[in-house]
Amino acid sequence: MSAPLTYREAAREALRAALTADARVFLMGEDVGRYGGCYAVTKGLLQEFGPERIRDTPLSESAFVGAGIGAAIAGLRPIVEIMTVNFSMLALDQILNNAATLCHMSGGQISVPLVIRMATGAGRQLAAQHSHSLEGWYAHIPGIRIVAPGTIDDARFMLAAALACPDPVLLFEHIYLYNMEGELTPGLERVDIAHAAVRRPGRDVALITYGGSLPKCLAAAAELAAEGIEAEVLDLRTLRPLDDATLMESVRRTHRAVIVDEGWRSGSLAAEITTRIMEQAFYDLDAPVARVCTAEVPLPYPKHLEDAALPSPARIIATARTLIRGGAGTH
Amino acid sequence: MNALPQAPVTRERGLHLLREMLRIRCFEDRCVQLYGELKIRGFLHLCNGEEAVAVGAMQALAPSDAVVSTYREHGHALARGLAMNALMAELYGKESGSSHGRGGSMHIFDVSRRFYGGNAIVGGGLPLALGFALAQKLQRQSALTACFFGDGAVAEGEFHESLNLAALWRLPVLFLCENNLYAMGTAVEVAESQTDVAAKARVYRIDAATVDGMDVFAVEDAARGAAAQVRGGGGPVLLELRTYRFRGHSMFDAQLYRDKAEVEAWQKKGPLITLTTKLKSLGLMSEEDYQRLEREARAEVEAAVEFAERSDFESVTQLERFVYTERAP
Repeated sequence: MSAPLTYREAAREALRAALTADARVFLMGEDVGRYGGCYAVTKGLLQEFGPERIRDTPLSESAFVGAGIGAAIAGLRPIVEIMTVNFSMLALDQILNNAATLCHMSGGQISVPLVIRMATGAGRQLAAQHSHSLEGWYAHIPGIRIVAPGTIDDARFMLAAALACPDPVLLFEHIYLYNMEGELTPGLERVDIAHAAVRRPGRDVALITYGGSLPKCLAAAAELAAEGIEAEVLDLRTLRPLDDATLMESVRRTHRAVIVDEGWRSGSLAAEITTRIMEQAFYDLDAPVARVCTAEVPLPYPKHLEDAALPSPARIIATARTLIRGGAGTH
Repeated sequence: MNALPQAPVTRERGLHLLREMLRIRCFEDRCVQLYGELKIRGFLHLCNGEEAVAVGAMQALAPSDAVVSTYREHGHALARGLAMNALMAELYGKESGSSHGRGGSMHIFDVSRRFYGGNAIVGGGLPLALGFALAQKLQRQSALTACFFGDGAVAEGEFHESLNLAALWRLPVLFLCENNLYAMGTAVEVAESQTDVAAKARVYRIDAATVDGMDVFAVEDAARGAAAQVRGGGGPVLLELRTYRFRGHSMFDAQLYRDKAEVEAWQKKGPLITLTTKLKSLGLMSEEDYQRLEREARAEVEAAVEFAERSDFESVTQLERFVYTERAP
C-alpha cells in the first residue's frame, strides 16, 4: 500500500517525473520558481531542476503562453502554468489563434506539443475574478484537448499523457482538490486522456461530472445509496474530445442522467452533453436529463452566497431524487 | 548598436537584390489582376513598396534561423525562398499550396524553410518568436529568430510583453518593425504617443536603430549588423525599417485616410526606383539588364499562375483534416 498523498503532491510528482524523464521538458509561469507556485504545486522544483527549466515569468500571460507555443513547435516540451483560468483570458489570443489553429492553418505542417496547466474553480471565497470554471469555454475550440484530473491517480499521471500528445493540451486543476488526500492505485504507471471512467457503478441514475465536482458526486452517491438509490458516477476526465461511447453506455445502463458541472449553465459543457444524450440515447431515457450547474452570477465573496451558487451534494441528491421519483428538474 | 562596415555595392549584389524585389513586385501585381478575376479571394494584403524590407532583411538570415511573419508576408515568403508555385497555389486555395490551401494569403507557412507564418492577429507573432528563440537558446544553437511586424503591432500589449521578456531572458530575436506609417488606415501619429519605435525598444534595454526601408542596401547592411550582434549572444536587437505601402491596406480600401500627393511622393522614392537609379548611375546595370530581370520575373509568375490553375482543390471529404496532428511528432 502506498502512502497517502494530496492531489497537490500528486501534481508535483507528475511534474518532477516529467522533468526527470525528458530533458526537453521545462516549466514556466508566474511564481512557479522562487515562490513555489501560487497553490504550492511547484514548491521545491526550482531547487531541484534549476532556473533554466523552472522559469519564473513576468506577469505577461500572452507573451509566455506564446513563447510556450513557439518553443513547442521548435522541439521542446514546455509546460506552461497559468495561475488561474481567469488570467488565461489574457492569453486567449495565443491559445485560440495560435495553439489551436497553427496545425490547420499550416496544412498540417505544424504541431504544438504544449501543455498548459491552470487552476480552475471556486470554493475558497476568492470572489469573481479568481473562481470561475471556464474549461467549458475552452472545450468549444477544435485543435486543443481539455483534460481535468479529478482523482489522485489522474493528478499524478495525466500530465505524462498530455505531454505525449502531439497537440496542445489544457490541463485544469481544481483549486478545491489540491488538499484532497488519497492513495495512488498500487502498480498504476500511466493513464490515458481519451476515456471517461466510471468511478462508482450504479443502476438508477448517472451522475456525469468531472474535476472539482467529482468528490461532490461521490458524496451524493453514498448518501443516495443509503436511501436505496444506486447512482453511477461517471468522471468525464477529458472534456474535449468527449468520450461519447462511455457516456452513452452509462446513460443506457441507468436511463437517467444528471450532469454536474461547475460552469454556468447557459451555453455550457452541460448543455453540450445534454444535447449529445438527446442525439444518441434519447429513447433510452426514463426521465428528462437534468443539470446541476453554478448559479448564473459572477461568484460572490461571502461563503454562504458562494456555497449557494455552486453545485453541492445536497443539490445533486435532490435532483437525482426528483428524476427517480418523478417530475423534471434543473437545480 | 555595433555597426558593421557597409558591404560594397557590386553588380552581382545589386542584380541579386533587384531580381528578388522584382519577383515580389511582379508576383503581387499579378495577384491584383487575379483578385479582379475572382481567382484569389479573402483578404489580400500586398507589400507593394515594401520589397526592400523583405529582401534586404532576408539576406542576413541563415537557413537554420526561424522567421515569423505577418499577414502581409508574400514578400517575406518569396525572399525566404518559398517556391512561387506553392505560394500562388495557396492564394488560389489549391491543395498544392504551401499550406495545403487551408491558410490563403494571410497564412503562408513552410516548416522546411523555418518560415512560421503568416500571422493575421496583429502582434500575435511576437510571443511565438520568443518561443523559437528560447528553444534556440536552450538547445545552444547559434541560430536566431527574425520577427517581422508592422507599426500597428507596436500598440499591442504583446509587443511590450515580448520586448520585455526577450530582453530579460536575452533571447536571440531580431525584431524587424516594418513601419509603413499606417495601421490599416490609422496613421502612426494618430495611434502612438511616442512615434519613434526604436526609442520604445531602448526603454526595454534593447539595442535599436532606425533604417531607411526604401534603400535595400541600407536594410541589408543594418540587418547583417544586427543579426551578427544577436548571434553574439547579447540578446535581441530591434530594427525599425521606415517604408511605405503604395497600395491600400487590402483590396477593400478607398484610402480616405491619406492624400494622393503623399502616395505619389513616396512612390518617387520607392525601393525599386531607388535601387535601379543607383545601379545605373554607378554603371553597374544597363536598361537591358533591367528588362531581362523583369522578363524573367514575369515568366516565373506566369508559370506559377499556370501551376495554380492546373492544381486541384482538396476534396470536401477531407474538410476535417489538420485539426490535430496526423503524423507521429
